[in-house]
Amino acid sequence: MNRAERRRQERLQKRHKKQGVLPKEVSVENREGYFVGRFTAMASPCEILVESQNEKTVCRIVSQAYAEAIRIEKKYSRYNKEGVVYQIHQNKGQKIEVDAETAQLLDFARQCYEMSEGLFDITSGVLRKAWVFDGSDNIPTESQVLEVLENVGWEKVQWTKPYIVLPENMEIDFGGIGKEYAVDRIGMLLKDQFSESLVVNLGGDIFCPRPLSGDRSWKIGVESTESDGEASRQLELKVGALATSGDSRRFLFKDGKRYSHILNPKTGWPIEDAPRSVTVAADTCTEAGILSTLASLQGPDAESFLKSQDVSYWIK
Amino acid sequence: MQLTSKASIKKKLKVATCTLLTATAVNASDVQSVEVKETPKKSFFGKALETVSEKLKKWEFDVGLLFYKEPERVQAVEPAIQARREFGDEKFLTLKLVVDTLTGASHNGASPSSKVQTFTTPSGSATYTANANEAPLDSTFKDTRIALSTSWEQPLARNWKGSVGASASNEYDYFSSGINGSIAKDLNQKNTTISLGLGVFYDTIKPVGDIPTPLATMVSPGVTQPRGESSDTKTIIDTVLGMTQVINRRTLMQFNYSLSASSGYLTDPYKVISVIDATNGATLGDASSFIYEKRPESRTKHSLYWLTKHHLSGDTIDFSYRYMWDDWEIKSHTFDLRYRWRFSKQKRYLEPRVRYYSQTEAEFYKTSIRSTTSTPEFLSADYRLGDMDAITLGLKYGQDLDNGHSWSLRLEYYLQTGNALPDGGAIGSQVGVDLYPDVDAVIAQAIYSF
Repeated sequence: MNRAERRRQERLQKRHKKQGVLPKEVSVENREGYFVGRFTAMASPCEILVESQNEKTVCRIVSQAYAEAIRIEKKYSRYNKEGVVYQIHQNKGQKIEVDAETAQLLDFARQCYEMSEGLFDITSGVLRKAWVFDGSDNIPTESQVLEVLENVGWEKVQWTKPYIVLPENMEIDFGGIGKEYAVDRIGMLLKDQFSESLVVNLGGDIFCPRPLSGDRSWKIGVESTESDGEASRQLELKVGALATSGDSRRFLFKDGKRYSHILNPKTGWPIEDAPRSVTVAADTCTEAGILSTLASLQGPDAESFLKSQDVSYWIK
Repeated sequence: MQLTSKASIKKKLKVATCTLLTATAVNASDVQSVEVKETPKKSFFGKALETVSEKLKKWEFDVGLLFYKEPERVQAVEPAIQARREFGDEKFLTLKLVVDTLTGASHNGASPSSKVQTFTTPSGSATYTANANEAPLDSTFKDTRIALSTSWEQPLARNWKGSVGASASNEYDYFSSGINGSIAKDLNQKNTTISLGLGVFYDTIKPVGDIPTPLATMVSPGVTQPRGESSDTKTIIDTVLGMTQVINRRTLMQFNYSLSASSGYLTDPYKVISVIDATNGATLGDASSFIYEKRPESRTKHSLYWLTKHHLSGDTIDFSYRYMWDDWEIKSHTFDLRYRWRFSKQKRYLEPRVRYYSQTEAEFYKTSIRSTTSTPEFLSADYRLGDMDAITLGLKYGQDLDNGHSWSLRLEYYLQTGNALPDGGAIGSQVGVDLYPDVDAVIAQAIYSF
């Protein structure tokens, strides 16, 4: 893109922002044949790739994506006082009625807990009190872990749709499904609004609800989450979703042993020999995300788990 | 930490997800099944997080300059440019131009001698001399070659890929043209790729001073030269059958079998062989001591090739071995080992390399023949057909720039040694003369890609 064209685009975007078509947190860039919209949500860099020639349509599409991402972020953030999670945490031990969307998510979390035989547990977040993954050698003692583990376990939560009773000292956290859910929702929302292909990418969780025309695919670079920077992969996604889980740069290191940030909610201790990164392809990002998380929780058996599920995967 | 009912998770999860997404007022009913595959891309190393999607629809260029020098002998300067563009859907067009400027001298095949030797130039109009005990070098050697090639590759069907290409090169005494094609099929979830390639080349040689009559004695300038036609041709057909196999997520292997059949004029019109006195090992020192070489009119080469590529964290080891044999009775072994050491966040690398090559001589190779021996049907003293070993030591440095460009610099040293002896051993004045002088070369190459 030459300078004149770039300046023309900047001017256009300024105008769009002024007119309120594009929020100021969002930027849109014209690539050859498609647009990239960028913003930050859920503590991740997000991208919406849109195959279109019409900048105005793109601005509208990307703005909707941004709005939906922020809506879900606010609703399920532990820190937002208007959010559902905050409300539940403020009223521990009491019966609270939740809205339909939250009810669906809680139902989904329950099903994941059951099908994974307790490995996937949205109440495991309190383990953070014992484990601080800052790359240091601060390993908690057994008794510290056991103390926190008392407050982990979905089975202790009373969930009778649409009422939830969260016991004292416990927490729930939609971190394990929220982002993937947002990716799918945004993808499906936009798909209804728009007739061409697009890709939603929230910090590496990706969904393409409709393929490009012809025999073309989106080329997706999957970042290695390893700190030693091993080669990334490039995938060609025609349609569907990808999600990656891994221990990124979050780990503890003591006596030559690396403690992964992937904690086993049953023991309260990190999974040993977990793959550094697991990328799974599935029809939706939610499915891909759960499968990659469950694979990581299998530790050294991650690969055989994925094989048994008959899904496409890439492990490092 | 095993899930007991593993197999059913995917299905249960699908149902749960569908319920979740549909119930939250999104139209999840028409979710399509995922379609994804990994693109094997050369050196795709850690990019920033936001690297999602780039449709690589633009030209990519490699420009390079290669410098090759054999001290006292040949020197070549070779600028090259390659342009490649993806036209979407893994369709690639590649164009390449190489210009090659060769100057210096080349060994003409005659043995070093204890006295000064005089040769007639290929044009037949002048002479050149070689000092005592030195390999006779024909310094009239000078050439510029221009080579153009192009190829188109694209997927043919699911898991099938094909390519076609054409090439042509021209220098003042040589013209070569060729076409090639290949097909490849991925099997076993892309863990295995088998391929078949075919290339056909048709070359025309038009030597300076016409084609010397094979095995004729060289004569001094000024008299009728023993020359025949002004040009001749050769045809080469190459076939390669290959298999690439992913062994595990760090190791990849490749196996190739190739068959190359050449026919036509395979002789080097500029090479001669010394005829030495059977009693004292000396040559007369003038043109009549040499006869023009003659090679068979066909050659069939087979080779087996095995490559292993192994990734360590960030670094790469490449090892390859080739065994080649042909009906000229040349057998050769090539071992090549490279280690790519990446540092400063994978953006730079150093790659040391060792290559070892060893070959046996062609059945008609002779360093020289004695005047009393009847001349064999085929004869050549070209050092490239002799019994020899060669070693290459090299170091390459490369760097990826922040703007997505990259460059590399390669430096190599090549040393070739041989131990050829005349039939029946060296006699008389041949004793103590290095009849197969070492050849060494320095190679430097810079490449910039953008």
